[in-house]
Amino acid sequence: MATLLATIEHAVKKPVWDCRMCGQCVLHSTGFTCPMTCPKSLRNGPCGGVREDGACEVDPTMTCVWVKAYGRARRLPPPLRDGVDELRAPVDVRLQGTSSWANLATGRDRRRPEGWEAAERAAASGAAPPAAVGPAEDAQDAEGVPN
Amino acid sequence: MTLAELLTAPEPYRPAVTAEFPALDGGGLEAAAAHASRLAPYVDAVNATDNPAAHAHASNVAVAVALYRLGLEPVLQVACRDKNRLAVQADIVGAALHGVTNVCCMTGDDTTAGDEPEAQRVFDLDGPQAVRTAAVLAGGRYLSGRPLSPAPPLFIGAVENPGAPPFEERAKRALKKVRAGARFLQLQICYRPERISAFCERAEAEGVTPAAALLPTVALVKGARALRYMDAKVPGISVPQEVVERVENASDEREASYQVSLELARNALAQPGVRGLHITDFRHDDTLGRLCSDLGLPTMRTAQGEDAMAV
Repeated sequence: MATLLATIEHAVKKPVWDCRMCGQCVLHSTGFTCPMTCPKSLRNGPCGGVREDGACEVDPTMTCVWVKAYGRARRLPPPLRDGVDELRAPVDVRLQGTSSWANLATGRDRRRPEGWEAAERAAASGAAPPAAVGPAEDAQDAEGVPN
Repeated sequence: MTLAELLTAPEPYRPAVTAEFPALDGGGLEAAAAHASRLAPYVDAVNATDNPAAHAHASNVAVAVALYRLGLEPVLQVACRDKNRLAVQADIVGAALHGVTNVCCMTGDDTTAGDEPEAQRVFDLDGPQAVRTAAVLAGGRYLSGRPLSPAPPLFIGAVENPGAPPFEERAKRALKKVRAGARFLQLQICYRPERISAFCERAEAEGVTPAAALLPTVALVKGARALRYMDAKVPGISVPQEVVERVENASDEREASYQVSLELARNALAQPGVRGLHITDFRHDDTLGRLCSDLGLPTMRTAQGEDAMAV
């Protein structure tokens, strides 16, 4: 069943988005541009190597995936437009090849490493990120990050 | 005064100067000391680079520790190209063990930019994720949640390129890194002052500054050939033709390229949110001292606990 779903998902998403089956789809927050097609598989925006004409550092024959993603996302209505600015967590490589639809239904695609989760919760609660030295922080607060 | 103190003081005390430390291959610690003594009087901190331009060299951690022991304040560069998240965390924690607490996280050039393009590229993390990972370590945990005690007192930074597309999104991307935990941003070399100005203004509007300190990079090059090389070969850097021609047609190329750098530095320091400069010195001569002097920046640093630089 799981394999069948993955096969169907790939059949639908490969021709449209060049889907790489990472199993943790973020198309809705990238202007429907697959970040896994970036040669560096960057999920949080372009690297600093984008060429003057907007072409990719690695493959000059293609437009930077993130130049396309931002351009498309900004033309979408608010929830789809602003998601592009979210900090996306590192890829869970165990989900490679599995169906992101199934992982969305079970919530598996939203599971993060505990350290990352704690930092997310701290950021969401308005507390300073648990970064150490800096004007927007207090070392004592950082230690109070809930488990 | 440490780099963190300089860059986070509510009222800037003076502009900070950081510099790229030359890549080391051999020659032992004497080689490191020779470069260190040349840079020391002019800089507040130096970047121990992480296989710059995708070429293997003495490792970022090894060089950072050497710099620390030579009395300089190192910034550990962490690039995502060669190491997965385990190795990135190990490097940051390992360097902190030796007293290296400044970390600058970046995605890194692709392997194809270097001399071993056949190598596996990693990018297990991207730049913003590496920043957040450092912040998690500074909060007393590994990514897994496993306690890290005592937490390393990291001063975390990142990079951004104001000179590469998509220009209007670069400040937003910088903001993502600030939210992830970055407190300083070293900006890529940029020969178009209007792009630096536009970026700094957007950064202020988005709230990147004053939360993070901006350090635009100024390169010190020998002449037009270097400018042409950067324009053609370094992805993300574009040098206007008129700048190349101005240097090329000058009677003294070295002097003309210095004047270009000085003008860029002055423009950069005048932008909102800019709290210093990052210097990439390709000349390896006395130009850095001249630049600092011309900008009215200190030309004598003292190491902590000592009367003068020990190197």
